[in-house]
Amino acid sequence: MSVPANLNFTAEHEWLDKTAGTATVGITLYAADALGDVVFVKLPDVGSLIAAGAVCGELESTKSLSDLYAPAAGKITEINQAAIDNPALINLDPYGSGWLFKIEIEAVGDLLTAAQYQTLIA
Amino acid sequence: METPLHQQHVDLNAQLTDFAGWQMPLKYGSETSEHCTVRRDVGLFDLSHMGEIYVFGNDAIEFLNQALVSDIAKVKIGRAKYTMICDESGGAIDDLVVYRLAETDFMIVANASNANTVAAELIKRADNFDVTIMDRSLDTALVAIQGPEAATHLLKWVSAETISALKNYSCVEVELDGVAVLLARTGYTGEDGFEIFVSIDHVAQIWDLFIKAGIAPIGLAARDTLRLEAGMPLYGHELNLEITPIHAGLARIVALDKSDFIGKQALVELSSKIDRRLVGIELETRRIARAGFNLVDQAGVVVGQVTSGAFSPTLGKSIAMAYLDAAVDQATANISVDIRGTLEAAKVVSLPFYRRES
Repeated sequence: MSVPANLNFTAEHEWLDKTAGTATVGITLYAADALGDVVFVKLPDVGSLIAAGAVCGELESTKSLSDLYAPAAGKITEINQAAIDNPALINLDPYGSGWLFKIEIEAVGDLLTAAQYQTLIA
Repeated sequence: METPLHQQHVDLNAQLTDFAGWQMPLKYGSETSEHCTVRRDVGLFDLSHMGEIYVFGNDAIEFLNQALVSDIAKVKIGRAKYTMICDESGGAIDDLVVYRLAETDFMIVANASNANTVAAELIKRADNFDVTIMDRSLDTALVAIQGPEAATHLLKWVSAETISALKNYSCVEVELDGVAVLLARTGYTGEDGFEIFVSIDHVAQIWDLFIKAGIAPIGLAARDTLRLEAGMPLYGHELNLEITPIHAGLARIVALDKSDFIGKQALVELSSKIDRRLVGIELETRRIARAGFNLVDQAGVVVGQVTSGAFSPTLGKSIAMAYLDAAVDQATANISVDIRGTLEAAKVVSLPFYRRES
């Protein structure tokens, strides 16, 4: 399974796109496949501050419940309401329309490069 | 154990799971898509793990009437009946479908997890009867096609006369692509559909035929959500030895007017003083009320327990089945489900959650 080279990753299978001013966060295709069909998403409130590595939300799939870990510390600027209303987006397009939230980064956590993440899930 | 279709599942990239000691396909892709395919079109299931136990002999009817809770004498030749085998205290040993193949020939389909227990229990109960009991679970395979388009697909191999004569909960021996099968109009999805009992030597031919005809394979994950929407109990969740058919809302299958059967006395006593009932639950949240979660009333008192829960693809809601204390007034109850410490508002609804248009 290939992973997008322009992103950074956590060992807990979140991705972080820091190429823009505010970073976008989601879960990886590997995680989405492992979870099964996601039916419920809980995301941090817009404006809230999250700590890198801390639990900041949850994803419930048909078979299990998983915590969402913050890949960076900072302020939440936007959450993906479309994914909350239709969590199937997370399975269909986890790197695109199934993104989860945007964050104004203060500091990043322990992040992996695409190559490192690729090795992790191999 | 592997079903005779194991290689087919591997070739179809199924995610396999252990179920009652069998390697079964959990899903082939998205379980939600598989669910919707069955509701909208047609899907193919490998159910070869199920138990098939044959009962025949002069006393077959008297024996089954003693061993099972329903009146088997009323089941006509070529018809099927959903029933149960209970212990002396009325507890469910298993839920079953009994097919009457001839005057004194019956096939009993048991859950995979209980097939050995049911066969052993039947043998134990047969002491004073002129019957032969044969557990043929390991040489009988079972595939099902289920969905509104199942009958249309079957027309490719079975005559229109045969299909239209085959009413719901009926069975007939036919040739399908040159293979002798028992074709039954039964299922566990809430849709029209067929179950095809066939020798393990020929099941691959039937499966491949259906796959080539474009019928999508469906795994156990979707089978579970389909039966839940249809309000059908699953042994080990809604049914076990501590639960009677009366608790499970299945009094209609218990023939209390029969002269005698194992569990009768307990079931007669229970039918007038039941302490909990199986109910349907709909939640406001999309979170899933999973088996074992508590139902609580307004005062925070535990008044029941979830037995199965899922996000219903058809209703677009989180649904569950649960046992609720009989003292709770279902119409006015203000119930919540304790989902990992958060109380989520729920309402009691009548079962099934989904009923097909007929």
